[in-house]
Amino acid sequence: MTSTEHVVAVSRQRRTRASRVKTALKKAPFSAWFGIVVILGYVFVALLAPWIAPYGETQVFTEAFAPWSQEFIVGTDQLGRDVLTRLIYGARNTIGIAFATTLLSFAVGVTLGLLAAMYRGWLDQILSRAVDVLMSIPSLIFALMLLSIFGSSVTSLILIIALLDSTRVFRLARAVGLNVAVMEYVEAAQLRGEGPRWILTKEILPNVLPPLIAEFGLRFCFVFLTIAALSFLGVGIQPPTADWGSMVRENATLITYGDITPLLPAGAIALLTVSVNFVVDWFLHATSGLRDEK
Amino acid sequence: MKSKNSGQREKGTKLLSVRNLHVEGFSDERWHPIVRGVDLSLKRGEVLGLIGESGAGKSTIGLAAMGYAKPGCRITQGSILFDGIDLLAMAETARRRLRGSRIAYVAQSAAASFNPAHRLLDQTVETVVAHGIASREAANRDAMKLYRRLHLPDPDTIGFRYPHQVSGGQLQRAMTAMAMACRPDLIVFDEPTTALDVTTQVEVLASIRKIVEEFNTAAIYVTHDLAVVAQMANRIMVLRHGRTVEEAETRQMLAAPAEDYTRTLWAVRKLAKPEVPAADHLLTIDNITAAYAGKVKVLQDVSIKVPRGRTVAVVGESGSGKSTLARVITGLLPPVSGSISFAGHRLPRTLKERPKDILRRIQMIYQMPDNALNPRQTVEEVISRPLEFYLGLKGAACDRRVGELMHMIEMDENFLDRLPGELSGGQKQRICIARALAANPELIICDEVTSALDQIVQEEILKLLMRLQQEFGVSYIFITHDIATVRAIADEVVVMHQGKVVEQGLKTEILTPPHAPYTELLLSSVPEMDPDWLTKLLETRERKRVGAAN
Amino acid sequence: MNPVVRTVLQRLGLGLITLFIVTIIIFSAIAMLPGDFAKAMLGQSATPETVAAFQREIGIDRPPVERYFAWVGQIVQGDFGSSFASRTGYRRTVAEIIAPRLYNTMFLAVMTALIAVPLALGLGILAALYRNSWFDRVVNTVTLTTISFPEFFVAYMLAYLIISRDTFIGTEFAQSLPEWLAASINWVLNLVPKFPTLANISDQTPFWEHVWRAALPSITLTLVIVAHMMRMTRTAIINMLASPYIDMARLKGMSPMTIVLRHALPNAWAPIVTVIAFNLAYLIVGVVVVEVVFVYPGIGQLMVDAVKSRDVPVVQACALIFAATYILLNLTADIISIATNPRLLHPR
Repeated sequence: MTSTEHVVAVSRQRRTRASRVKTALKKAPFSAWFGIVVILGYVFVALLAPWIAPYGETQVFTEAFAPWSQEFIVGTDQLGRDVLTRLIYGARNTIGIAFATTLLSFAVGVTLGLLAAMYRGWLDQILSRAVDVLMSIPSLIFALMLLSIFGSSVTSLILIIALLDSTRVFRLARAVGLNVAVMEYVEAAQLRGEGPRWILTKEILPNVLPPLIAEFGLRFCFVFLTIAALSFLGVGIQPPTADWGSMVRENATLITYGDITPLLPAGAIALLTVSVNFVVDWFLHATSGLRDEK
Repeated sequence: MKSKNSGQREKGTKLLSVRNLHVEGFSDERWHPIVRGVDLSLKRGEVLGLIGESGAGKSTIGLAAMGYAKPGCRITQGSILFDGIDLLAMAETARRRLRGSRIAYVAQSAAASFNPAHRLLDQTVETVVAHGIASREAANRDAMKLYRRLHLPDPDTIGFRYPHQVSGGQLQRAMTAMAMACRPDLIVFDEPTTALDVTTQVEVLASIRKIVEEFNTAAIYVTHDLAVVAQMANRIMVLRHGRTVEEAETRQMLAAPAEDYTRTLWAVRKLAKPEVPAADHLLTIDNITAAYAGKVKVLQDVSIKVPRGRTVAVVGESGSGKSTLARVITGLLPPVSGSISFAGHRLPRTLKERPKDILRRIQMIYQMPDNALNPRQTVEEVISRPLEFYLGLKGAACDRRVGELMHMIEMDENFLDRLPGELSGGQKQRICIARALAANPELIICDEVTSALDQIVQEEILKLLMRLQQEFGVSYIFITHDIATVRAIADEVVVMHQGKVVEQGLKTEILTPPHAPYTELLLSSVPEMDPDWLTKLLETRERKRVGAAN
Repeated sequence: MNPVVRTVLQRLGLGLITLFIVTIIIFSAIAMLPGDFAKAMLGQSATPETVAAFQREIGIDRPPVERYFAWVGQIVQGDFGSSFASRTGYRRTVAEIIAPRLYNTMFLAVMTALIAVPLALGLGILAALYRNSWFDRVVNTVTLTTISFPEFFVAYMLAYLIISRDTFIGTEFAQSLPEWLAASINWVLNLVPKFPTLANISDQTPFWEHVWRAALPSITLTLVIVAHMMRMTRTAIINMLASPYIDMARLKGMSPMTIVLRHALPNAWAPIVTVIAFNLAYLIVGVVVVEVVFVYPGIGQLMVDAVKSRDVPVVQACALIFAATYILLNLTADIISIATNPRLLHPR
């Protein structure tokens, strides 16, 4: 008897949560829908690149800077490679590297930030001061310096950008973590005698998740733009790997002849970051709305 | 307007008339009604008290009387006539001219409502100068006179200070001076003393009442505190869910409330439990001194005994150290010196040193159930965690026990899947009680557990706590600033002031004279339902002051 | 001591310490160079003697602490060492390479800041005052979009626009349009001033000619940072307008102008200055990319070239200049915030 009531109640609860998400989606503005569709499209292209692309990533044809045609829909680049193919593989490489970097940056930044918020004291002091110093050098400049020392390999690129970006993640995670860590339910868990693992994963983490998810989107955009900028400058992802930033630089001269080919990879970058920003903007609005509702 | 009140209305002509007022607020993507058709009228020199629980719409009505709706709110219907002028029909610029010159406002939090960047005097005279009523020099001189009348210290110089340089009680009086600067016809007081300690509150109430009477200003006094409104208002209007419950002249309302709802508001004040002396002591605090890192001592040489199965109420104002005492007992703040013994054993100083079983036997309930419950955990998760953690209960046994606990706190099992955000304040506090009870504790520390709740809910929570004490013999340390709560629940009382214990003893001993001087001050400052209480108190204090001077 | 003075001194001290640590980090760049770096720099033909000479020149044979203080000592006197690129032929010091380019970069940055800061503050305040109006919504969407654009995208879009002035009418696309439409598009395009798409600057370039040639880089940077700065200003002002003392001012019957100027603004300096400093720092980063796009001979382009050729002394000098500027900007913002805080100005 009790158990059936229980089941009924649980299912009702689940439905309300699912329906809440559904109504939030239904209320989502056009910009958010646009963003979601575009992001899904990019993910699709990135995952299926080898099957979609008409040619091989580094396959070279005779004519460099070939105009747009049936054979090469948006022409060829300075070495005679198909630009469309390079764009498709570029999705995979550029997004993949940026995503890996953001994940790493979050793993480091969130862990250290929440630990600093939870323990405060000397751990917090050391980490916060270290982050202050790291953040006192503009990150692109810092990245350029480190790349001049360690060279531009994909590994060092990921590690360097992740390290620099994790400082910002740390700051945010620590700030939101501190807001939660001073709440009385955390104190209640401490009084109960719970260990740090429980407090971190059950009491703090679920409550800092919405801002962190939003931040993940923003950080991804930032990392993505930084890597694209570095590649554009010629010190990021190195040839012959197809990558949007480098493609802009390699084909830049075409602009002077009124050819928009170099704007395609640049536009691809812009479209993705715009979409992510639209979704994050809506997500922040929706989650803050849910909080107001009480 | 009810005819039975008309005898008291001879003070003046009609000043304000609000008819069929409707106000809506925007939240969750749609408009919700806040005020649903309220009528009120006010004559010159009359003070109307608006009283009700949270969500009654009393502050919104107060603001609407100025023709103002908070950002996110809108007046949808009704008419507001101020001295024959329709506030809703007039142009915004004209309405602005009226505000501050003929209608003024005194906010709840003076500390937040004064602009931190300007001196008090400049803010006090701002409207006078802006509306061209007087020159700056004349306005400054007048402001100083007002400060003097409101008994502010150093009235000639206090105006040159910045808001953060003066105390909360003084700011509240300075804000009253600011409202008075233009000699308005009407002042709206929005809970002006709610954030203050009782001893400070008395002074502010006395100042406000005196100046309103002297200038024959009409006022709307918004508050949730019946005893306060009884001192201030000629007439009281009781509100609930944005509607008028009843309206009557103050003395009549206090003597014979007509509606059931009003009577329940009144009844709460009369809850009192006979004290029962204790046989033995569960917790003994010996000469505890405590301080926060690098700061002055918050507790000095505090010794308290907590009887088994009884309630000790720890009473004091802000800064008395009563909440710090709770932190020391729970081990969150290790004392600088002194010791605590619990059930015959010395309690380790810090939380980390205490074994799990000790932690289980001392539980805590907080003031703000909103903050004390994790918003991402369901009621079931909250209650079952101590069962699993302390008692190792799992599966069906755990479910059964959770069911029993829900029964004890008089809540339906349907609530088990809810998140705290889907519960009312009182329900949340019940869940906190269940969480504490789940550990089968011997001592529960209750830190202001009722002060964030509405009066009626407070009573229910207090009754629940008393019933649980009778059933399970648990001891309470009840930290509170509210004497009515002490009367309702305590067996013994500890009075604290500035980190020291002033008095300790059985409730009747402490609450009946003769008192220690601080206890006397504290007890006499608690407003009573008698409309003459403030007048009598001021007379008594004046007599004593004169007596002492002679 | 006056708390303002004390807090300012504290912040200055903290700034100095940060700068000190930054110099250590930047200095370590040399110490962290991989062992075979000399060989890589000098190429396969290097003899052991030249390698040893090179290592002596960059000082790897001396203890790091001694080298550090020698390095800092030189920098204080304006000597950043000599470029690795100078080893054949005559010696080129880093300072003489950087000096003219630093001037050019400062020129571009100041020019951009003069346009961007007033524009962003104005738009931000307007959007905050008329929040949720159509104006606010449009501005919000537009800035959200431009924030997401990489600098080089904006740069090439602008360049393309200017090139289209001359090429549009000849394109297949234009010929496929009705004649009147093509003509009117061409007419609109020709309204765009013909800014130079390559910024040829030398030290002989006259001032106004410099402004003209730096126009396109400056507009690009302006577009990028105005969006950021405007959004942050809007948020700061909205938070400010939500304070109870602003409500109080409204209830005192103050006019909207008085509320903004007398009640909001004195408390808004700290957040606004922080926003400006944050975005000027963002400008530093944008400068690097924009200089490369428009071949503007500034310090950013120099740094990128030096990174590619692994000319570490030049990279170090550039990084130090950028970092010091960044620290200085933040320090200035902090000090202004402190100096306008009534609680510190008027202690209890």
